[in-house]
Amino acid sequence: MSDAGNDGSQFDRLPATDAERTDPERATRAEALDWWDERFGVPPETFADHTLWEKGAGKVWLFAGEATDPTEGVEGLGMTFLRTRQEHWKPTTDAVQRFGRHATRNVIELDDAAARRFLAGEELEPEWDGDWGYLIVAHQIAGRTEPIGVGLYTYDTLKSTVPKGRRREL
Amino acid sequence: MPNGASMDDPLSRYRPIVDDYGAFRAACERPLPKAVRVNTVKATPDEAVAALEDDGVGVERADWCDTVLRTDTDRPGNTWAAVHGWIHGQEEVSAVPARVLDPQPGEAVWDACAAPGGKATQCSALMDDRGTLVANDSNLGRLSGLRFNAERLGLTSPVVTNRDARNYSLKPFAFDAFDRALVDAPCSCEGTIRKNPDALAEWGEGYLDEISTLQTDILRRAVQATRDGGTVVYSTCTFAPEENEAVLDAVLDAEDCRLAPLDLPLTHAPGVTEWDGQRFDDSVARAARIYPHHNDTGGFFVAKLEVGA
Repeated sequence: MSDAGNDGSQFDRLPATDAERTDPERATRAEALDWWDERFGVPPETFADHTLWEKGAGKVWLFAGEATDPTEGVEGLGMTFLRTRQEHWKPTTDAVQRFGRHATRNVIELDDAAARRFLAGEELEPEWDGDWGYLIVAHQIAGRTEPIGVGLYTYDTLKSTVPKGRRREL
Repeated sequence: MPNGASMDDPLSRYRPIVDDYGAFRAACERPLPKAVRVNTVKATPDEAVAALEDDGVGVERADWCDTVLRTDTDRPGNTWAAVHGWIHGQEEVSAVPARVLDPQPGEAVWDACAAPGGKATQCSALMDDRGTLVANDSNLGRLSGLRFNAERLGLTSPVVTNRDARNYSLKPFAFDAFDRALVDAPCSCEGTIRKNPDALAEWGEGYLDEISTLQTDILRRAVQATRDGGTVVYSTCTFAPEENEAVLDAVLDAEDCRLAPLDLPLTHAPGVTEWDGQRFDDSVARAARIYPHHNDTGGFFVAKLEVGA
């Protein structure tokens, strides 16, 4: 079981539920999976074979394998999944690209030209009647709808949060 | 220098062991065909081919491996398929060792020298991204490339570590031995001559002594860290027997392991049992030497070891 505080040099497994929580600021597994369900309609069963871990202030990782709790001396444990400990939680580009295809809401589909601009990091003004906040931005490729990354929608604009190293001019 | 080679022409020392030396030298002069591997965690080979063709990239499937595609672009990274992590640029022959290792879903697998991650991420995909794939590299600078690749490919099974493989500790893990280990060892890289014409620039016998000691130490640790009945694969991209069969010979002497037969669907030659006056254990013939002229790829060496009883 993890310590009460948060130690930025190690991976601590998220407590399953509020009853097991010792650090009041740490997200629980249930909260993190409920967030994906409520925001995007990705069912918690999607992650049934994964464990969730926190390293540093609020960065939650998703891991398929076996590790001790806490785990020290490793650079990465699975993929970065979700940014917590802030008012609006944010899914990572990696997680959205892999699991966003299970989403049923808050997905905005762009046409080819807009998808290329989004990938290049440009701000767009697409038609959108839904929620503000973080959206899964997708397009059509090889006959299916595939997520590109995360967009932040506010005041009629869609800001690309594709990390600089992942932006491309296609 | 052994076998009458000169510093000006290090490859000439392999004349006695290469089956068709003229074809070998001619292939080493030609540029390497571009290839990508399909990341089956995110897409099927058919979907990857469709996406590449939509981007105007010509694709030919490798007949020996359904996830290896030859492409007619120099920049397969500049495609939607790469952006989505459906493909990873990886030389065709470098897809061999993970196939030989054959990691299974749920296993604990160690890639001792993993950066920049082509083979490690291929192992994760072969495991259906289930289990623990420990991707280690001692070079911190190269580790960022490994992490970038694992992230883009959307994998959740890799654990990335930055340690010396020679005295690697399993302390952070919830298991006390690996099921399988891959040692794709640092080497003199002669086999990469087709993509890197400067690969032979630092070649020399002093370097060979130093690198073969490092290779032996890493492979010994991999055998020790793998459970009885487990598998260890040793690979390099060099033709030098000092870095290949001689390393196997030393590890067979020192550790509880043996060479296993390879079932390799690519043209190759057997490991050499004699070199430069030295005789190796006969079983090193079970290793495979893949020369550039065999399959129009880079050069490669691969061997499969069974650990313990």
